[in-house]
Amino acid sequence: MRTMMCSRLDEEQSGHRTHPHLLLSTIFFFFSPDGHLFQVEYAQEAVKKGSTAVGIRGKDIVVLGVEKKSVAKLQEERTVRKICALDEHVCMAFAGLTADARIVINRARVECQSHRLTVEDPVTVEYITRYIATLKQRYTQSNGRRPFGISALIVGFDYDGTPRLYQTDPSGTYHAWKANAIGRSAKTVREFLEKNYTEEAIAGDNEAIKLAIKALLEVVQSGGKNIELAVIRRNQPLKILESKEIETLVTEIEKEKEEEAEKKKQKKST
Amino acid sequence: MEYLIGIQGQDFVLVAADNVAASSIIQMKHDYDKMFKLSEKILLLCVGEAGDTVQFAEYIQKNVQLYKMRNGYELSPAAAANFTRKNLADYLRSRTPYHVNLLLAGYDDTDGPGLYYMDHLSSLAKAPFAAHGYGKRFILNLPSFTVRLIDKEGIHDLEKLTLGAK
Repeated sequence: MRTMMCSRLDEEQSGHRTHPHLLLSTIFFFFSPDGHLFQVEYAQEAVKKGSTAVGIRGKDIVVLGVEKKSVAKLQEERTVRKICALDEHVCMAFAGLTADARIVINRARVECQSHRLTVEDPVTVEYITRYIATLKQRYTQSNGRRPFGISALIVGFDYDGTPRLYQTDPSGTYHAWKANAIGRSAKTVREFLEKNYTEEAIAGDNEAIKLAIKALLEVVQSGGKNIELAVIRRNQPLKILESKEIETLVTEIEKEKEEEAEKKKQKKST
Repeated sequence: MEYLIGIQGQDFVLVAADNVAASSIIQMKHDYDKMFKLSEKILLLCVGEAGDTVQFAEYIQKNVQLYKMRNGYELSPAAAANFTRKNLADYLRSRTPYHVNLLLAGYDDTDGPGLYYMDHLSSLAKAPFAAHGYGKRFILNLPSFTVRLIDKEGIHDLEKLTLGAK
C-alpha cells in the first residue's frame, strides 16, 4: 500500500493531476508533498460549480442574493432553497452541494437555540460563523470523512445593532467582508463589487438591495426572474423579497442604466 | 403555594399566574413571571419544584423555536402540548424526573383557542378551564397575579391583578 501511494505521489509532483479518485492520497487525509489538502481543494471546486450567491453589508440592512436555478417543467418551484434563516437575526446563503448545506444549516440552527438556552442571549454572527467554520474544519481532519462541499455567506445583526457579513469555505476558514460573492462566476461578481461598493452605493436600504441585484445581473442569464433576494433590517426578521418586488427593482436599475448611457452619449456629442 | 388558572373563551384564552417565588415561609420575589412564551401565540405556565420549572420550560421553549427555524412555521398549540407531555413522560421514569405542573395556552389559526392541562405525572387534558394549586384557601398570600390573553392577534398583557394595598 505504502509503495503504491509513493509512486502516485510522484505523479502529482510532476504537475499532472491524474483522475481524482484513483489517487489514494486523496482518499485518506494526508498532506501532499507540496502542502496541499486535495480533498479540501476539490471541495472548493465543487463550490465553484454551485450557483452564485452574493452578500452585501449595508448600514442598516444586510442583503443576500442568489441565482435561482431554473427548475424542470414538472417540478414545483419552492420559493426558498438557498437562503435559510438560522435564527431570527441571522441567515445564510450557500454555494455548492445542497445536501451538505442542509446538514450544516441544521447543526447551526440547533446551536443557535442551544446558545440561547445556556447563556440567555442570541448568538452573535461571528459566533455562529465560527461554529460553522469549526464544524467544517473538523471534517477536513478526520479519516473516512470528506469535507462539506459548501461555502457559506452568513449575514445578520449582532444585538448591539452592528450589521455583519461573514464568509466560510470548505477548509474551515472564515473572514468578515463588506460584500462578497461565492459560487459560479464569483470572481466576476466580486470584481464588480470591488468597483461599485462605495459609501453612496450602500447609503440607503434600497441602494444596498439594488447593488446586490446589479451584482447578480452581471452573471445571471435571464434577469430578474432568476434572482432570489432576502434582507434583514435591524431588529426585524428575515424578509424574502417577492418576485414582483425584484422585478420592480430590476426595471428601476435598467432605467438608471439607460439614463447613464444617455448622459454619456450627450457628453460625447458636446 | 403557587397558583395557575386558565379559561378558554370563544376566540381567546385567558391565563393568570401568581408572582411569588418562595422558599418555605420566605417570599423571595413578588414579581416573578411564571409564563414562558413558546411562540407568537403559545404560552406555557409552569409551577413546581424550583429549578425544574425554568429548566424544563426553557428547554421546551427553545425546542419549539428550533422547530420554527427548521420548518419555517410555528408548532400548533396541540403539537406543542403533546411534545411537552412526551418530554415529561420520557423523564418521568428516569432517575431525574421533572416535578412540574403546567398549563399550555395557545391560539391555533385553524382550530381556534386551546387550553391544555399537564401535571408532573405527564397527564395531558384539553379543557375549557383549568387550574393548578390551592387558590381558594391560600390566595390571600399571593399579592399579585400576572394576567395575559391570547387571541388571533397574539399574546396581550393585561393589567396585573393586585389584592389589597398597591
